[in-house]
Amino acid sequence: MASSEPRLSPPVREEFERSPRAVGEIGEISRSLSWWQRIKDITLVRRLFILALLAGLWQGYTIWVHNPLLFPTFTATIDAWWQALVHGPLLLRAWNSISTLLMGYALGVAIATVLTTLAVLTRFGADFLGTLTAMFSPLPAIALLPLALLWFGLGKGSIIFVLIHAVLWAVALNMLSGFVSVSETLRMAGKNYGLTGWRYVTKLLMPAAFPSILSGLKIGWMFAWRTEIAAELVFGATSSSGGIGWYIFENRNELETAAVFAGLLTVIVIGLLVEGIVFRTIEVHTVRKWGMQR
Amino acid sequence: MGAIRSSESQAPERQPDVSSPLLNVSGVTLQYKTKRQIVTATYQVDFQVFPADRFILLGPSGCGKSTLLKGVGGFMSPVEGRIELSGKTIERPGPDRMMVFQEFDQLLPWKTVIENIIFPMETSGKYKRQEAIEQAELFLAKVNLDKFRDAYPHMLSGGMKQRVAIARGMALGPTMLLMDEPFAALDALTRLKMQQELLQLWDDFRFTVLFVTHSIQEAIILGTRILVLSPHPGQVRAEINAHEFTHENQTSAEFRALQQRIHDMLFSEQVEQTRTAHHGE
Repeated sequence: MASSEPRLSPPVREEFERSPRAVGEIGEISRSLSWWQRIKDITLVRRLFILALLAGLWQGYTIWVHNPLLFPTFTATIDAWWQALVHGPLLLRAWNSISTLLMGYALGVAIATVLTTLAVLTRFGADFLGTLTAMFSPLPAIALLPLALLWFGLGKGSIIFVLIHAVLWAVALNMLSGFVSVSETLRMAGKNYGLTGWRYVTKLLMPAAFPSILSGLKIGWMFAWRTEIAAELVFGATSSSGGIGWYIFENRNELETAAVFAGLLTVIVIGLLVEGIVFRTIEVHTVRKWGMQR
Repeated sequence: MGAIRSSESQAPERQPDVSSPLLNVSGVTLQYKTKRQIVTATYQVDFQVFPADRFILLGPSGCGKSTLLKGVGGFMSPVEGRIELSGKTIERPGPDRMMVFQEFDQLLPWKTVIENIIFPMETSGKYKRQEAIEQAELFLAKVNLDKFRDAYPHMLSGGMKQRVAIARGMALGPTMLLMDEPFAALDALTRLKMQQELLQLWDDFRFTVLFVTHSIQEAIILGTRILVLSPHPGQVRAEINAHEFTHENQTSAEFRALQQRIHDMLFSEQVEQTRTAHHGE
């Protein structure tokens, strides 16, 4: 500030007071959105649009290439899918995959819950889980399959074993990081209520860490699917209990490429349904309702 | 003893024994560990809180007043001295000393406002469901939030969240309410309103509250008695009566004189320290 220049001061203006007008006089305060704006706000509509776009690209490209043995058209795939679903074994195969998957997933999540609970309650538990996660999470589940076959033989037991391995560490890691990031104030509030041990974990930490737990469950689900299909592709199936992986393998051997695509499509559709319906419903009724996530 | 009850009658049902202290803190030294060192937060602090006291712990930041409150809350135990509530040594946190924190995230985000108040009442096992609901509704009305009964905490403003936290603390009927700078993060207008409401609530229910603040003005308005702590490590500097002062007489000469007296108490040492430092050069 140079002192030689005249210092700037604001002009003194007239004071005034007003009384606010009644709302009725102002007129339109809120306006409802047009139907087009509302439709654009529905996530499902936007997602379906992208799916339709991809299907269109697929159809266009395959008609142009015209090689049904390597790359069947979208319509041929849908046709094969429908045939296999209604008349063929695809529904049974899908159910075989899903039932094994659910069992492995549930066991994996249950073990992860027990381990993380021990980890937040005791120091030994924390060290134990930390070490195990660091050791086993880089290990691909499929790499354990030969060992599993040796231990549990050809069948469900082996797949469930590798599924547990696939799910367990991802879920445990996410759950633990969720527990660790629960704010100090909430922890103190919980202790202030007199919550200790198992009650402290289930009634305070779990809901407070639910966003992380949910993303762990999603990642676990994804890993489980990959492992399930891959394991089935590796050792095929025992008699009638083959899954989608086995269905894909079978049809590749018979050069039924459209059916191979149908098998892959089934995996994708189930994935979309679980993500879009199951996890989304859970999300809407929990973390979104509670304002923990937008 | 001194527990908050839901009866609408202004006078307490039975007169608690006012002559003996509810909380007895004697020679308490509190230390906490950081990564590199052990820090002494308070050194041999003594004070006594009597039933229906609005007891204020006042001091600059770093005087260990919040640490002291955590000690009473049972979140840390003293390395020296004793903290006794109704004659029993405090060992762990418990719902007989409900806390109201400064942070707005103290409410459970997955529970509605009313469920937030009911939850500790039920987990403590002191109330049956129906009883808890009635008591929670009463206190929700007392803090003027009955309209937000079924809202989730993320829908509320900061001041509303603190009101719910106060209702939650009182509804359980704790022996003592612990408040850790509950209004510090609020804007000035809301803070003023909350202070008035807290005094009104105290007038209705005559509960015992231990209140931490760093604002001299807030301490004089809210407190019946003020414990002034010196900075780092916290030691008792003075205990002062402030039961005569409210919002109404905060412009009076006496109020300002007391404010100045406490101000000098808190800052005189610092001035002396800087003066001697200058002389030393």
